[in-house]
Amino acid sequence: MEKVTVKICAGTSCFVMGAAQIQALEFTPPEDIADKIELVEVRCMNLCKDTTAKYNRGPFVMVNDELIEEATFEKVVNKIREVLKNKCD
Amino acid sequence: MLIPKNNANQMRAKILIKLAESYFADKFANADRIPLDLRPKEMQPSRCCIYKDRAVLKYRCMAGLGVSPDSETDELKTLKEYGADALKRTEADKSRLSVIDIACSACIKSQYMVTNACRGCFAQPCRLNCPKEAISIVNGRAWIDPEKCVNCGKCHEVCPYHSIIRIPVPCEEACPVGAITKDEFGKEHIDTEKCISCGKCLMSCPFGAIVESSQMVDVLREIHDTEHKVVAMLAPAVVGQFPGDIHNMIGALKKAGFDEVVEVAVGADITTQKEAAEFIEKMEAGEKFMTTSCCPAYYRAAKVHIPEIAPHVSHTKTPMYYTAELVKKECPDCKTVFIGPCLAKRVEAEYDPNVDYVLTFEEIGAMFVAQGINVDECPAEDFKEVSCAQGRKFPISGGVAGAVASLVEGKMEIKPELIDGLSKENIKLLKRYAAKGCDSNMIEVMCCEGGCVAGPGCIALAKKAARAVESYVAQGEDLSKK
Repeated sequence: MEKVTVKICAGTSCFVMGAAQIQALEFTPPEDIADKIELVEVRCMNLCKDTTAKYNRGPFVMVNDELIEEATFEKVVNKIREVLKNKCD
Repeated sequence: MLIPKNNANQMRAKILIKLAESYFADKFANADRIPLDLRPKEMQPSRCCIYKDRAVLKYRCMAGLGVSPDSETDELKTLKEYGADALKRTEADKSRLSVIDIACSACIKSQYMVTNACRGCFAQPCRLNCPKEAISIVNGRAWIDPEKCVNCGKCHEVCPYHSIIRIPVPCEEACPVGAITKDEFGKEHIDTEKCISCGKCLMSCPFGAIVESSQMVDVLREIHDTEHKVVAMLAPAVVGQFPGDIHNMIGALKKAGFDEVVEVAVGADITTQKEAAEFIEKMEAGEKFMTTSCCPAYYRAAKVHIPEIAPHVSHTKTPMYYTAELVKKECPDCKTVFIGPCLAKRVEAEYDPNVDYVLTFEEIGAMFVAQGINVDECPAEDFKEVSCAQGRKFPISGGVAGAVASLVEGKMEIKPELIDGLSKENIKLLKRYAAKGCDSNMIEVMCCEGGCVAGPGCIALAKKAARAVESYVAQGEDLSKK
């Protein structure tokens, strides 16, 4: 099965706001998804510079082509599970 | 030590970013909007209501402005006013860790409790082993009389069903020196005489009630509102804290307004040389063992709480000391800013006339974010003076002892031992070593488990940061061959 790509923004803004902590996926991923994900550190995607948004909604993470705003470890893991489940259905 | 997946940590970074943005926008004129911005009306509250959330956030902002929430005298004083005061002061606030009393949930006093798992057994080891006869069987189940219980934990140990649990108070549990205790209302308070500023309470409080007075605003003021030359002194733990490498970091700091950037690993090389020489001298004089001195939280703990170990602590100064000395020798009028993972360094800096300010990686990160600086996109620059492998390895547990050993080997027998994390148990162990001696003769003490890469001011995951430090170490020259 094709792996789910998880792009974690490593721009300074996302990193400071919590992306660094989402990198825990690299060391302690939940067992059910451990071998089904591919982690990619990407450079600033310029989403934090979106001036139409009232606040910086980082950290940003992309799970396949879906964007997660104000990403947390939990949010990202849930999204990965959702994507995997949709694939199976 | 930074616990991943923790909301409280993330909030701290957000507030620092908001404050830095507010400084650049209008020098805090609209800072009172920050709690509202972070907790808008439509948002789900994380405490009882958004109004309490906002009240707590105001105190967090005060701490971010370098004002201890303890010092509040007028509840109506605005963040705008606190901000204006912060920009007028010429010296950073001396108060350190403090508790936001309205955020402290007043956890129940640490205690043992019998759970549903109790089967009211025939053997009743809990009742028979209780030294205070505090346990009786009520309604077919063990019951602990709170008046008699002394929290010894015997019942918890002997129950074959593990039905008796201990409910701890996280901050008191984390504090290795008993500096945080409850008042009559159950709220926690920090005894500044006892506190070693390690930050373990701050990291452990599930309500994020413990804050630390930031010096970020003081540094922003020095850079942007004064004529002073400002020099950044980068702790060796910086490697791996930001995307990009340490050379991009120099470019980033210059973009943020620092005039010069030096690496504290250079000072760590000096510490290594002096500590190795001191070790040889001490062992030749017949001393049994020596401990390191570069961890400021341990240094203070030894002074205040483990006086029996104090004579064994190395007299060699810290990497920060030697680095700042070099900087001030070259430029006496400049302002020096140590940037590292450590909260206890702020206390060390108070006693070091050559260090003007101390920032954490989190604070410098917030400054970058507010100025739109992406570290990995900044031009890579080189340090004027380059460190060796030894100095670079200081932030990982075992690094200091390893560095000293590398210079001592062949001249004297050295048996290093690592105290990785200053816990209550390890303090007892050190006391025992002072009284009865130990098998090793060189003891490295790191207050944070894993070393400085796991410090409370870090951003990156300790494991990932340690890996980056290791690779920077591998690129360094060997000090013993210099």
